[in-house]
This record gives sequence, C-alpha cells and structure tokens, in this order.
Amino acid sequence: MAATAAVLRSEWTKIRSVRSTVWTLSLAAVITVGLGLLISLLVNNEFDKMPLTERLTFDPTYTSFAGMGIGQLLMIVFGVLVVSNEYSTGMIRSSLAAVPQRGRFLFGKITVATALALVVGEVTSFVSFFVGQSVLGGHRTQIGSPGVLRAVVGGGLYMTLMAVFAMGCAAMLRSPLLSLSILMPFFFLISNILGGVSATKKIARYLPDQAGQKIMMVVTRNDGRPYGPWLGLLIMAAWVAAALVGGYALLKKRDA
Amino acid sequence: MIELRALTKHFGEKVAVDHLTFTVRPGIVTGFLGPNGAGKSTTMRMMLGLDRPTAGDVRIDGKHYADLHDPLTNIGALLEAKAWHPGRSAYHHLLCLAQSNRIPAQRVHEVLDTVGLTSVAKKRTKGFSLGMGQRLGIAAALLGDPRVLLFDEPVNGLDPEGIHWIRNLMKGLAAQGRTVFVSSHLMSEMALTADHLVVIGQGRLLADTSMAEFIARNSRAFVRIRTPQPEALRDALHTAGITAVASADGTFEVCDAQAAQLGELAAEHRIVLHELSPQRASLEEAFMRLTAETVEYHAHDGEPPPEQDRPAWGEGWRQGRGA
Ligand SMILES: Nc1ncnc2c1ncn2[C@@H]1O[C@H](COP(=O)(O)OP(=O)(O)OP(=O)(O)O)[C@@H](O)[C@H]1O
Ligand SMILES: [Mg+2]
Repeated sequence: MAATAAVLRSEWTKIRSVRSTVWTLSLAAVITVGLGLLISLLVNNEFDKMPLTERLTFDPTYTSFAGMGIGQLLMIVFGVLVVSNEYSTGMIRSSLAAVPQRGRFLFGKITVATALALVVGEVTSFVSFFVGQSVLGGHRTQIGSPGVLRAVVGGGLYMTLMAVFAMGCAAMLRSPLLSLSILMPFFFLISNILGGVSATKKIARYLPDQAGQKIMMVVTRNDGRPYGPWLGLLIMAAWVAAALVGGYALLKKRDA
Repeated sequence: MIELRALTKHFGEKVAVDHLTFTVRPGIVTGFLGPNGAGKSTTMRMMLGLDRPTAGDVRIDGKHYADLHDPLTNIGALLEAKAWHPGRSAYHHLLCLAQSNRIPAQRVHEVLDTVGLTSVAKKRTKGFSLGMGQRLGIAAALLGDPRVLLFDEPVNGLDPEGIHWIRNLMKGLAAQGRTVFVSSHLMSEMALTADHLVVIGQGRLLADTSMAEFIARNSRAFVRIRTPQPEALRDALHTAGITAVASADGTFEVCDAQAAQLGELAAEHRIVLHELSPQRASLEEAFMRLTAETVEYHAHDGEPPPEQDRPAWGEGWRQGRGA
C-alpha cells in the first residue's frame, strides 16, 4: 500500500516535470486577463452607445471576466492533459504498478492538479478584476462593494471546477483527442447555442458552465435563472462530482 | 516467488491466457517462451495487477499485488510497451516512481548509473533510442531493489553489448537469490540465460522444465556427411541398414549412427568424404516443433513442420515441480 502523502509528492513531481502544465496554465491566465482587459476597454469607450437596458444592468465585475469564456478552454486542456497523458503515453502502467490502489492514484493526481488549478484560477480572477476595473473609468466598481469579493473569489473557483470537470471526463474517456474534441466544442459553442435558443434555454441553465457562471455576476439581471450564485456553483460542483465518480468507477474496473 | 493458479484471461471471445498454473522460483532465471500472441505479456500484466484475471489467481511472495506495501520494493518490471511520458526526463520519471513508493531519491541516481543513462538523465525521453528506452525501463524495474523481477522481452532494441549486459544482469540478480522471470520468443537467447523454462502457446502451458532437461530431450543429434560420391555412399548406407536423409545442399544427415561408425563404413567402401561432423539440431527448431500447433500468426511462405517429426507433448511430459 503506497501511502497517500507519498502519492501526492509523486504526483507533484509528475505535474511539474512536463511542459503542458506550464503552457496550458499560463495561457489560461494570460488569455483570461488579456481578453478581459481588451473588452473592458472597448466597453468603456462604447458605453454611451449601449442600449439603456444594458447600461442600467451594467456589471463591471462580470465585464472584467469577459476573457473567461476562452480562458476556461485552456483550463479544460490542462485538466484533460493531466489525466489523459497517463493513457496516451503508457505511463499509466508504471503509475498503477507503483500505486495499485487505483482510487488513491486517481484522487492523488486530481488533488494535486486541483490545488494548482485553484492557485492559478484565483490569481487569474483577481488580476482580471483589478486590470479590468483600472480601464473601466467611471463605470468601475470596488472589491469592497456588495457581492464583488464573492464574484472574484467565485471566478477562481469556476476556473478550477472547469479543470476538475475535464479531469473527470478524461478519466472516463482516456484519450486526450477524444476528450478535447467533446469538451472544447461543447463549452465553446454548444452550451451557448443551447442557452440562446428558447426551446432549450431552461435546460441549458443547468449545464455546468452556465450554472457556475452565476457566481461571477454581481448585478442581478433578470436572467430567469432560478438559483443564486452559490446554488449555481453547487450545481456545477454536482456535475464535477458526477464526472469524478464516473472516472473512478471506470478506472477501477478497466484493464490498464 | 511467483505462483499462478489456473490463471485465465479472456478478451471478449478471445482466450489470451488459459488456466496457467506454474511457479517461478527464486535464485534462478526462468525463461517464459511462446510465439507471438501466446499470452506472455498478458500474463505479466496480470502479475502486476494491471489486467484483471477472468479467473484464477496470481501471488507475489504469497500476496496479491494490491496487498503489497510499496510494491516497487517487492517486484519490479520492464514492460513490453513504453510506460513513460516522453516529455518528462528520465530522472523525473524515476523520481516520481521512487517518491510514490518511499524509495530514497539517491536510488534514482544509482539505477541511472547502473543502466548507463546518467549523462542523459535530465533530457526529455522523447529523443531516446529503442535501446535507451529499454535501459530506462530496466532502471525503473531495479528502482526499488525488489526481490522479484519481470522482464518482458528485455533484449528488444539492445545492441550486442547491451544484450550481453542484460544477460549478465539477469544472471547476477538470480545469483543474489532473487526471482527473475523473463519473456522472449527466441529460444537461443533463453538457452544462454535461463535455468528454467516455461513454454506457452495460445495461452496454454506447453512445458515447465529445467533448461538442461529441455536441451537433453530436444536437441536431436545427427551426423552430417558430405561426399563427391553420393551414389556410392547411399548404396553403402543402404546395405548397412542406415537411414540417411539427403538435404538440399547435397549433404546427408544420419540420425541412427555415430560418426566413427560412419567413417569406418566409408573407408571400407573407399568413399571419399569431405565432411563428417556430429551435429545437434538447434533448440530453436525444438521450440518451433513444441509450439507448432499453437502458432496463431503463421507466415505463409514456409512449410509447416512435418507431422511425423512432432513429438507428443502433453500433460504427462511436464516436469513435476517442487512445492
Ligand atoms: N487489450 C487487449 N484486448 C484484446 N485482445 C488482447 C489485448 N491484449 C492482448 N490481446 C490478445 O491476447 C493474445 C495474447 O497477447 P499477448 O500480448 O499477451 O501475447 P505475447 O505472448 O506477449 O505476444 P508477443 O510475443 O507478440 O509479445 C493476443 O491474441 C492478443 O491479440
Ligand atoms: Mg508480448
């Protein structure tokens, strides 16, 4: 029986010794902050031309998170690669020979990757917020305003949960290509389309990304979502839990 | 010690391993032989708990793999397929394995040195040659200084010097009292390394015997004769009641007579001989005869071994094993 602490150390060595960790996470941060900055700048310039309803419900916090739509995709790539690299390279056989308790192996790996994603996610979220506010001029908000701190912390949690969801899916699907070709279009396009079409709108609200995004909103829009920020995050967390349980169940019974 | 009891693995309809029962003992090198697809790698993966047996049981020093504490310190394995991340350095690959089993990091440097990879330890394994990869796999197997070692086709990709090295390594490990189990499809390679042989075909046990006994039983002895007067020789042999088989290159092969007897016979008939040499059929041939019926992937450019040559290998042939 390999001890849990030993497994965590080992997984930390694994994650810091491959390049994909560095490039996926740094791209996630740079893109999220950069796009947030760009869109905040644009919005500030065009603010007076926006329709009245949009001006009335303007959410400076959420605007500075505009880069997360793309940034989350990089978090997904990170999550997918961390898990599926084991399979695509054959490393899984070395890993499971070293740690035959498959649950301990999988959750050790996911714990380490989640911790790292959380640090990067929170830093990214806070930097996005402050950078975005710095260019929003008179439309900016303060971190101390009601609900803002919750939204900024929540932005980091959202990014993290997205990565963990991808880890669970990758543990089920094993192939990095298959995992990415399902998750990327889903969160880039399909979820948005489902959320935009009136027939599917009500269901799409319960998809992990749409439910989770609620936590990043400060100005309560009339978006018809029947849940608050924390319940939304909980719905997302339930999706993540389901993906992890599925990944664990399959790893447990499959041949390596 | 590795003990298999009726170990069986099905992949859907396909029976890859079929009721294998044998024991791999410590202190010797045990060769694991079988043609392509015989089930060697599958058996070894089950020994490591990677593939789940459909039925039966395998134990490492009396324990199931999953019950071993820090398994790499009990059993180390070189697997058939590459089992590392090409973007990670050899050093980090071994380090993460060592950490998971609480093996001191110093040991990583030791095994890198043993396999001769120290100079490239910090490089990503992406650029490694087949032989370097094989050395990394061997380093991983040795990492925990285990009592039991599995090597799945270790000579693959190694140069002659590397082959010589791994042969001595395996013998050395066995001499230290460890259990060494090594697969191959080359009988000639095993003859040089193994003390004991386990042969399988289509997942079934065909032989479990000491190497010495296998050689004694299987290397058919014969005498090769070459002469410029083949007609005369044939007549002389015929009159003496000795059967000779003429082979393609114009020589004769005689099984049921000694070289001395044949030399005297030729002298008596004043027949000139250019060659008179006692020969032993290669072990490779014996192995092919043994597994002929179970070979799945025949190449279709050769003839199958002649039916009458095939000895009846069966259950009764198997050597009784010690407890
Ligand atoms: N994961 C798998 N799924 C389906 N069939 C498999 C799987 N692994 C092995 N097999 C089949 O099981 C049989 C045994 O394969 P195995 O790799 O164990 O043979 P082997 O003795 O190691 O052969 P080789 O000498 O070529 O390495 C083969 O017929 C193979 O096709
Ligand atoms: Mg094999």
